[in-house]
Parts: sequence; C-alpha cells; structure tokens
Amino acid sequence: MPANNSNTLLQGLADRDPRAIGKAISVVENNGDGVTEILAGLDRKQIEDVLVLGITGPPGAGKSTLTSSLISQLRSDEKRVGIIAIDPSSPISGGAILGDRVRMMQHALDQDVVVRSMATRGRLGGLCASAGATVRIMAASGCEVIIIETVGVGQSEMDIVRLADITLMVLAPGFGDDIQAMKAGLLEVADFLIVNKSDLGGADALVMDMKQIFAAKEEESGIPRVLQSIASEDKGIKDILDGVQRFTTYLTANNIKVERRKKAMQGETLDWIFEMLRPALTEKLETQTDQGQKDPRVRAKEMIQQLLSVD
Amino acid sequence: MSTPYRVLIGKPGLDGHDRGAKFIARALRDEGFEVIYTGIRRTAAEIAATAIQEDVDVVGLSSLSGAHLRLFPEVVKELKDRGGADIPVLGGGVIPDEDKEQLLAAGLRAIFTPGTPAATIIQSFRDACKQQ
Repeated sequence: MPANNSNTLLQGLADRDPRAIGKAISVVENNGDGVTEILAGLDRKQIEDVLVLGITGPPGAGKSTLTSSLISQLRSDEKRVGIIAIDPSSPISGGAILGDRVRMMQHALDQDVVVRSMATRGRLGGLCASAGATVRIMAASGCEVIIIETVGVGQSEMDIVRLADITLMVLAPGFGDDIQAMKAGLLEVADFLIVNKSDLGGADALVMDMKQIFAAKEEESGIPRVLQSIASEDKGIKDILDGVQRFTTYLTANNIKVERRKKAMQGETLDWIFEMLRPALTEKLETQTDQGQKDPRVRAKEMIQQLLSVD
Repeated sequence: MSTPYRVLIGKPGLDGHDRGAKFIARALRDEGFEVIYTGIRRTAAEIAATAIQEDVDVVGLSSLSGAHLRLFPEVVKELKDRGGADIPVLGGGVIPDEDKEQLLAAGLRAIFTPGTPAATIIQSFRDACKQQ
C-alpha cells in the first residue's frame, strides 16, 4: 500500500483533493490504518455547519434523478455538494452493482460535486457507521450540503435516515398498495414528501392523500411538507430547496437540529461499538467450543459481564 | 471478513452497446466485487474523475465501436493527470489482435477479445485488485 499517512490525507481533505477524499473514505469504510487519526483530526466546525439531507423512497420513484436535479440547483447557488449513494450488496456473493452514478454523470467533472457510492455490505449498523463517518469527511473537505440517497423502504432506511438532519421521502404515482403499506413506517419519520413524476396520472390524488397524513406536521411548522416535482425536467426543485431552507431555520430556531444530531451521534457511537467488538467477539464465540449447549441469551449475558468486569 | 474489491466499469465514447459491459459487471458482482457502473457514452475524463472519487482498485473499459485505440489510452492518461497512475486499466471489446500490443504498450494492463471466458476476465480483475 502506498504511503497514505493520516496527516497527508487530512491535508488532502483540507485542500479538497479528490484522490485524498476518496482514499480517506475507503480507510473509514474498510476500518483501515489511521482511521482514528483521520476522524479525530477533522474540523468540527465544518461538521457542525453542514446540512445533511436524506433522500429515500421505493425503487423507481426517481431518487437518483431527483438527487441529480437537486445537485444542479445547489451548484447554481454555489454550494459544494457531497452525495453518498447507497445500494444493496448481494446477500449471496457479497458483491454489488452501484449504479446511482449513471443518473449523476453530468456532474462528473464538477470538482465541487463529491460522489461516493456505497454498498450495504450486509451489515446495517456498520453501514450507518461508515456513512456517518463519510458525511464528516465530506464536510471536512468543504461540502456544505450532503445528500444521502438510500434504496428501497423498510427498517434499514429508518436507521440510515437517522443520520440526516432532514429527510425527504420520494414517491411517484402508481405505486398503489406499496405506499399504503409504508404509512406506518417511513412516512412518520419523513420531514418532506416529494411526489415526483407529477406529470403522470394519479399525482393529484397521491398529493391529496399525503397532505392528509402530513396535515399535523404542516400545521406544527407552518411549512408545506408535501411538494411536487418532475425531476427529469428540473421542475419543482427550487420549491423543494426553499422548503428545506425554511425548515432548516425552523429546526435550528427550535433547537431540533441539535437534538437530532445528538441522537444521531449517540446511535452512531453505538453502531461503532458493535462494529469494533464484532471481530473479537466472533473469534471468542468460535473458540468457546464447550459452550455450544448454552442458551444464546444466557451466553451473551455472561460474555458482557466478562467484558465489563475487565477494567 | 475480507473487504470487497471496488472496480469501475465504464464505456467511453459514443458506442451505445453496453451488453458486454453489463455482463461483466454482473459477473463481477456475482464474484463478490463492488462494481460502479457509469453507463454509456462517457468521456475519458468523466470515467477517470469518477474512478478517483470512488477510489476504485481497477478500471475496466468496454468498447465495441472501434475507437479503442484512441479512447482506452486517453483514460489511462486522464487517470495519470488526476493522480491515479497507480490504478490499473483493463479493456475489452471488439479489438483486433494487431491493436492489442499497441494498447498494452499504451499502459493498458490487459485486453480481452470476444470469446475470452468470463472466469479468465474475473481472474484478471482479481489479480489487478490484489496488487493495489
């Protein structure tokens, strides 16, 4: 491995060097040498100031296209943008095809658009930990807005959106019962609901339906939370960012942003604890051949007691 | 648990035939690689910039249009200009034997022509990644 000492990488981040940013993220994602020094050396002020947007929604709703469109608008507002695009790993081979970039290639040569594709690698806690650290590396390299785009819907998304200050849920007309099924889950944690592909039939009905669900949230903040877009034509994008801007002000004024960040940091710390303990614990479990008959919960409790009693 | 290799599969130039590229991308995924796919009709600069941002171990290029002699070495050069001279570039497609030597001399790590078994290609990717 070439000489990548953490100081060189940190300097590279400050210089916004694309190679250093890419390498630093790999170090964190792979738990490589110098990961502690890099993360400890990041500029806290930049991390505090960055705005993290989570974009989620069912496959095919237009998340990547919307993300690309948001990037264009943010760039015309002269913001440096980071994007973390997450796709699932194959549970069988462990491999992944990370294809979100296909819809973002128009920004490929823009030095102020930093994109990182990330595979779930079959471990959700670990992914949140890597993605959280990637947010901070991007912030330290001068990104002012960071978008985390995640696949699909379900529990896994709820965990990842926790990293975001503001969550946008993207839907499109025609998903029918899938959307009904989501009502109890992600819709509750989403701050904004974007009805994309609004030129398709059924968009108005979907907007009305969603406005009902979001009525309480809209009333609370006085900010419209159900918005429409046609991302492929860059329509509705400015309204979304205006809404996000107003909502950021609302969150900051009511101390909610600080609270959300605090929760996110706590959650991520827990994720890192499990990530770091996992290899040693796995090894221990595999070498404890005589304990195989014991109930797993009883065994877990004994191991934790052993851990905590050591200094 | 070993860390998956990250590779980029790119299609430089105006060639819109991406069946081969997608086939290799899927084959690599099935062998445990993380594959970043750029889609068709990319410039050499776009492919190189993406490879640097994504910190891939290897870049794989596909061309079926006959422009490989110009486009493949251009990607190698763009990578070099962006501080990624250490990232190996593999190429595949409809490439006559007489062009192969020229591409290897221009810095391509390996060239695959039609009929090469997928297993051979995957092994080359694996070897190139290992050296990173």
